[in-house]
Amino acid sequence: MPETTQLTAVDPTAWTCPVALRDHPRVVMGHGGGGALSAELVQHVFAPAFGGETLSQLGDSAALSLGGVRMAFSTDSYVVRPLFFPGGSIGDLAVNGTVNDLAMSGARAAYLSCGFILEEGVEMSVVARVAETLGAAARRAGVEVVTGDTKVVESGHGDGVFINTAGIGLIPSGVDIRAQRVVPGDVVIVSGDIGVHGVAIMSVREGLEFGVEIESDCAALGGLVDAMLAVTQDLHVLRDPTRGGLGAALNEIAVASGAGVVIQEGDVPVPPAVANACAILGLDPLYVANEGKLVAFVPREHADAVLGAMRAHPLGVNARVIGEAVEEHPGMVVARTGLGGTRVVDLPIGEQLPRIC
Amino acid sequence: MKYLDEFQDPDLARRLLDDIHSVVTRPWALMEVCGGQTHTIIRHGIDQLLPDHVELIHGPGCPVCVTPLEVIDKALEIASRPGVIFCSFGDMLRVPGTGRDLFQVRGEGGDVRVVYSPLDALHIAQQNPDREVVFFGIGFETTAPPNAMTVYQARKLGIKNFSLLVSHVRVPPAIKAIMESPHCRVQGFLAAGHVCSVMGVGEYPELADRYRVPIVVTGFEPLDILEGVRRTVLQLERGEHTVDNAYPRAVRPEGNPAAQAMLADVFEGTDRAWRGIGVIPDSGWRLSSRYRDFDAEHRFSVGDIDTREPAECRSGEVLQGLLKPNECAAFGTTCTPRNPLGATMVSSEGACAAYYLYRRLDITTAPLEASPVA
Repeated sequence: MPETTQLTAVDPTAWTCPVALRDHPRVVMGHGGGGALSAELVQHVFAPAFGGETLSQLGDSAALSLGGVRMAFSTDSYVVRPLFFPGGSIGDLAVNGTVNDLAMSGARAAYLSCGFILEEGVEMSVVARVAETLGAAARRAGVEVVTGDTKVVESGHGDGVFINTAGIGLIPSGVDIRAQRVVPGDVVIVSGDIGVHGVAIMSVREGLEFGVEIESDCAALGGLVDAMLAVTQDLHVLRDPTRGGLGAALNEIAVASGAGVVIQEGDVPVPPAVANACAILGLDPLYVANEGKLVAFVPREHADAVLGAMRAHPLGVNARVIGEAVEEHPGMVVARTGLGGTRVVDLPIGEQLPRIC
Repeated sequence: MKYLDEFQDPDLARRLLDDIHSVVTRPWALMEVCGGQTHTIIRHGIDQLLPDHVELIHGPGCPVCVTPLEVIDKALEIASRPGVIFCSFGDMLRVPGTGRDLFQVRGEGGDVRVVYSPLDALHIAQQNPDREVVFFGIGFETTAPPNAMTVYQARKLGIKNFSLLVSHVRVPPAIKAIMESPHCRVQGFLAAGHVCSVMGVGEYPELADRYRVPIVVTGFEPLDILEGVRRTVLQLERGEHTVDNAYPRAVRPEGNPAAQAMLADVFEGTDRAWRGIGVIPDSGWRLSSRYRDFDAEHRFSVGDIDTREPAECRSGEVLQGLLKPNECAAFGTTCTPRNPLGATMVSSEGACAAYYLYRRLDITTAPLEASPVA
């Protein structure tokens, strides 16, 4: 303990703080959080090593042309704990996550690969149950699992079951959905209540009781995107706001397009259970993960029709216009608060941390 | 729960703002003590909606911000020891000590776990009798009672492999220190409602009298803040300086006697260092001699860690209300949430981080960077 100081004698300009952490010599959890640390890992380690023009676009899926056919190709890994949670399982996520990444390019997923990494000692009944939920989710999504792989790691070197899926699907002719197409004036639409999946997982993972059971929104969005494309093929960008939530997705779009984004905070649909859970934990619902929602930037002239089509679909009943793309503050997302003030909605670094009080 | 809607009602907020605008006749500088209040003010843009004459100074009430660097270094040292399970509330994991944070300790193989209650750490100790389980007990009068209760339970249950790394601080001595600083500009205080829900308001009349400042116990929703500001400004305009409870739905004058009794049993007063401010006499708690067996600092012999902080940032001035975050030369340039120079930029409740996150639009054209929500 330092000596007691007479405050009146202290020169406050001499009071100091530590030098910053400038980098991370080892992987930390934030590198998988879908925020700035994830982006830095890809941009500084993976992209330079792999190269390639397509990869440099850093979309949720790659839009490719093969033999004159336009297709989307995507892969994702699933490491969720617990394996089964209210509203879904790792098997559901493994299908829906990749199907949705493809859907965000306008592609209807056709085929999936499925790689299992199993931990020695995990009960076979658990593996079978995961496989059953995965198969059922694939049938619901209208996608076929056509190839796979299994590896087993020693006990203590895994977390029961890890899954990787990759998928391909055709992009319809005339569809060109990517962040670079966003222009000022575009209307921002979200397909429904945000933050549900993240809070559902948190409630079971951490044993937190929020007074009401919250079920994950885990769902395949291919049908909803089809309904939107039936109204107009001129959707500028679609994004599946999973890790990092709506806040991260909007920032990615703003940065990639160079447009500014303004959202009306009061119009963002946050269900009471999510709002209350976030209030208790000191989290911002804008950064909580979703697994069955999309955010769309749509030309203003098509916005009403697209919104109507979304609301007519079971997965878009609560679709809402939440804002617009603007010329001001390029690359930044700004929220108009319910009281009439403004705040910046920034890109998260990693995963949100519960506040101390 | 309807509170979230009711206490964020735009129409009621507008009425309160109109009242405040109609009352103010000259400049006033108010300090909101608690970091949670700072967060609400900036997040909802309340500071932009108040009259120009009403300045809100962000006080030293963020527990993450004021935990001294040497305590962070003690936590890093203990968490790095083999056989230790180090448990903490989430937002302490990213606070930089000397050269690293608890996330990095975890990346290096340390068993660092985020818990939501100190009792969770006690359960972990019960489930891991061959491991030493340490809980990082920091914060104000709000987090101290459950930490005290946990130590009490540990002794009652005979759990020997649990200990607490303590760095608790108290609000009233900080108010005293701020008011006695020759640079002080604060004319009225919004006191932290949740602190008063534990401790009551008994410590505040003496401060209000001695320093002739109104002290209004204030809650954390937007309307709470506006009501706190309204009542404080009203007193200032009338030349009054009393203690007023604007948060009666949570705060009783006597506070929570059971919690106070637990604090009195488990803790004892001590001088505490505040990051960015220095040592404030009798401003904190440590485990009392009856519970010294549960003091992680002694158990792991880290008491001699004495970290000196290099002269890099001016958070001390920010914590005292002498400097707005954006008035610091490092703000938004060499000091950002991604590369914080000080804890006021690390914690989402820190004044600098709150400014960076929600006000950067107005005060800097620095390129887009990540925010401290992670």
